[in-house]
Amino acid sequence: MAESALLRVCNLNTEFIIPDKGPARALEDVSFEVHPGETLGLVGESGCGKTTALMSILRLLPSNARISGQVFFKDVDLFGLSEKQMRAYRWRELAIVFQGAMNALNPVMRVGEQIREAITLHGLMSSSEAEMRVGELLELVGIPKERGAQYPFQYSGGMRQRAMIAMALACSPSVLFADEPTTALDVMVQAQVLELLNDIQQRLGLAIVLVTHDLGVVAEMCDTVVVMYGGKVAEYGPVDVIFNDPQHPYTQKLLESFPDLNEPTDPSTDSRQVLASIPGAPPRLTEIPPGCRFEPRCHVRIEKCKTESPPLMDVGENHLAACHLLK
Amino acid sequence: MSRRDYLLRKFLFSLLTIFVVLVINFMLFRVLPGDPVRSVIGRNVRISAEMQASLREQFGLDKPVFPDQFFATLQQWAGGNLGVSWSLRQPVAEVLMSKLGNTLLLIGLGQVLSIVFGVALGLFAGWKRKTSFDVGSLTFSLIAWATPTFWLGIILLAAGSTWLGLPTGGIVSPQNVGKPLYTVLPDLARHLVLPTLTMTILYLGEYMLIMRSSILEVLSEDYILTAKAKGMSHWQVLWRHGLKNAMLPIVTMIALNLGFTVSGAIYIETVFSYDGLGKLFHTALVRQDYPLLQGAFLLLAVSVIVANMLADILYTTLDPRVKAN
Amino acid sequence: MNESWLLFKRSLSDFWRIFRRNRMGMTGAVLVLAAVMVAVIAPALSPYTPATVIRDEAGRGLTFAPPSVHGPLGTDDAGRDVWTQLVYGARISLTVGFMAGFIAMFVGSLLGILAGYFGGWLDNLLMRVTDVLLVIPDLPLMLVLVATLRQMELKVSPLTVLILVIGLLYWTSTARLVRSQVLSIKERQFVARARAIGAGHFHIIRKHILPQIMPLIVANTVLILSTAILIESGLAFLGLGDPTQPSWGTMLNFAFDRNAISNGAWWFYLPPGLAIVWVSLGCVLLGNVLEEMLNPRLMGHHLEGEARVVKTEAGRG
Repeated sequence: MAESALLRVCNLNTEFIIPDKGPARALEDVSFEVHPGETLGLVGESGCGKTTALMSILRLLPSNARISGQVFFKDVDLFGLSEKQMRAYRWRELAIVFQGAMNALNPVMRVGEQIREAITLHGLMSSSEAEMRVGELLELVGIPKERGAQYPFQYSGGMRQRAMIAMALACSPSVLFADEPTTALDVMVQAQVLELLNDIQQRLGLAIVLVTHDLGVVAEMCDTVVVMYGGKVAEYGPVDVIFNDPQHPYTQKLLESFPDLNEPTDPSTDSRQVLASIPGAPPRLTEIPPGCRFEPRCHVRIEKCKTESPPLMDVGENHLAACHLLK
Repeated sequence: MSRRDYLLRKFLFSLLTIFVVLVINFMLFRVLPGDPVRSVIGRNVRISAEMQASLREQFGLDKPVFPDQFFATLQQWAGGNLGVSWSLRQPVAEVLMSKLGNTLLLIGLGQVLSIVFGVALGLFAGWKRKTSFDVGSLTFSLIAWATPTFWLGIILLAAGSTWLGLPTGGIVSPQNVGKPLYTVLPDLARHLVLPTLTMTILYLGEYMLIMRSSILEVLSEDYILTAKAKGMSHWQVLWRHGLKNAMLPIVTMIALNLGFTVSGAIYIETVFSYDGLGKLFHTALVRQDYPLLQGAFLLLAVSVIVANMLADILYTTLDPRVKAN
Repeated sequence: MNESWLLFKRSLSDFWRIFRRNRMGMTGAVLVLAAVMVAVIAPALSPYTPATVIRDEAGRGLTFAPPSVHGPLGTDDAGRDVWTQLVYGARISLTVGFMAGFIAMFVGSLLGILAGYFGGWLDNLLMRVTDVLLVIPDLPLMLVLVATLRQMELKVSPLTVLILVIGLLYWTSTARLVRSQVLSIKERQFVARARAIGAGHFHIIRKHILPQIMPLIVANTVLILSTAILIESGLAFLGLGDPTQPSWGTMLNFAFDRNAISNGAWWFYLPPGLAIVWVSLGCVLLGNVLEEMLNPRLMGHHLEGEARVVKTEAGRG
């Protein structure tokens, strides 16, 4: 498994130094692997560290963040690189589509120019070749290439998100990070954007890391799932195994409250409400309990959970979970 | 609102404002005690009875105040007849025109320098927020803001003339007075150093503050993170994505600042005896030369209003969002 | 006492707790309070009056005498003590500045509340008037106004004219600020509730809106004070002060007109300017801190350095 991994995240730890409050442990010993052509889902409630994990890998966090561990991209440890070396990997190999593309595009720059900039920045083509490529990319995501001369405010929300995807594909990256790519969009457009991502993956064979809180999206899109809780990996495995045979109580609760996987786009069951139906709230990152982070909300907790944090254990083929009950 | 409608609205608004200025000026002109014709030609000027009668007629002074006198006066102003200066015994319009160039030179130099340095410093201070550079620039601009223009001028005048041997006033040395300015450039430059420096220091702090808060806001936008994720260095992000977005509010601020620039010119020209409109304004004030005072007010106010409108038009060509709408 | 006012009182003590630790704000407060103190106890700070001429043994006036035993800041061109003029000048400068500032605050808040609360044509009119005032250059307008009003032989003192002209021209920024605040408060639930139970307009403004916008008005007033003091000094410097009641600006007018610079009499032209900077800087520091506390700015931005990679021992990987 390891030798074929494109991206290998090992024991990623991230802390934020907050004045007067001490460090906030946003990620603790997060590990996962992404293989070529695979779609990996990062799932969990908001604030569980999904976005932080992406930003840590890309080293885009602000200066009050402390990151440690290893992130191997094709056997190069990204955390061992200088900032300047790291820049060569951003977008060229690891591109990202941010949450809420409304503001992710520069309002006073033409959309085509913003895409072209990504290509010429990495010195991949001459600027006339890049111009052609911009047209191709826009058509690929279903935007007429003439509209590259327009500004973002002339685009609809869905078009902006597709333009962001076109921009992310500009340098033919190996891995595409998609951070809640459909959250701000309405249901119809959500489906279009997801279909586009699926389609692109089939055609270009890139790996996608999809951050979402929507289990319907996960079921539809992902091969592998990482369930995160309070900055730690709760459960990790192939999507059908996780959905059919969840081992961690948190995953079980998530799936239990998720009504019907065959109707994932029913708008009346917003998964945010579903997640909120588990009583209690995720721990504050500055006041992490000593034991299992899910313990205060867990329906099957035992005495040990209060004091000891459960390690991630093998519970099946390619299936890991962190719970004391699994021993 | 389309761009044409927007520009039309701005234009009409400028006309309205100019109208308000005209009304203010007219009213002030009328409330002065004594025979109104004296307000036009001066108290102690001896003129013939016919001359007096003709002036009366020109400014409609034999008719009711409104609308006859008002429109007659407007007509005179529009034709460039702003009356005769009491103290200089010259037509006000002529006097004003002869000083306009000098003031534009001072304001232009001071503004260009303060904008260039203010924007650069503000950009850097905002980028390197909370560093000692940032704190230092903030302190500087707060102190500059709290310092009266004329007093800074006095200090620089005293220091510059004592320690650097710079001239204490005027626009050229006495032996060069009357020569065309481009023939005495080095002398002119020496005279311009202190007034320009005063103006630059004063407005620099303000532009720096505006640029700093503008860039801070821009740099916290999502598209900056996108640019960084693309693999750009900080400089590239700042130059390609930060600067233009942060500059847009500055254009509006520069326009709104024009009025303050005129205030600055009045103080600075007074302190440095710089032969421009500002010093003229002060002279008219001290000598109670009302036609000159009001003529100068009219010119300054209308120029600022027009310049403001031009800045608005410029803004619409710079910001694609406004341009397309 | 309704609940809004109680909240206001409680937030006042919270406010003091935070404010006390703010170095910039405390500096500003100390600067302003010290100046006010000096103005109040001026007679106790000098054995002379501002008009007293200090003479040598032969009875001649000591003109342009440098700082010495006679006076800590020397004498002016007529032999009067500069220190005495400075402390008495604080009374004039602060009075004119504060009164003009308060007029501006009062007019601005009143118009802002009315326009924001009632909206309609009143609001439209107010916005247009402020737009117009914003583009007319203020200093020339004030100079023309003051000069003309002087000429009209009205029975008011020159200082009153100054106070009125400054106060009645500088209310626009306050009015705009208050208006936009009132607009947003008006939409909130408790105002709607009060209206639903039939509370009168005056009652709603006094009990619900005023307590909410008071802190903002205070912060804005402090900033306006610094403008008013600077403007007063400028007008006085240009000769529009009252020569019989010299403010700091009037002192500088005297110093400049009577060649203090060419006489090297720095003790005549430095102290009044420093005093103006002292007070207006105090107000600006105080006002900025108050505003920042009411309306905290964004915390950070995307180009603020990089996340630090902490090296871990290879074994953990």
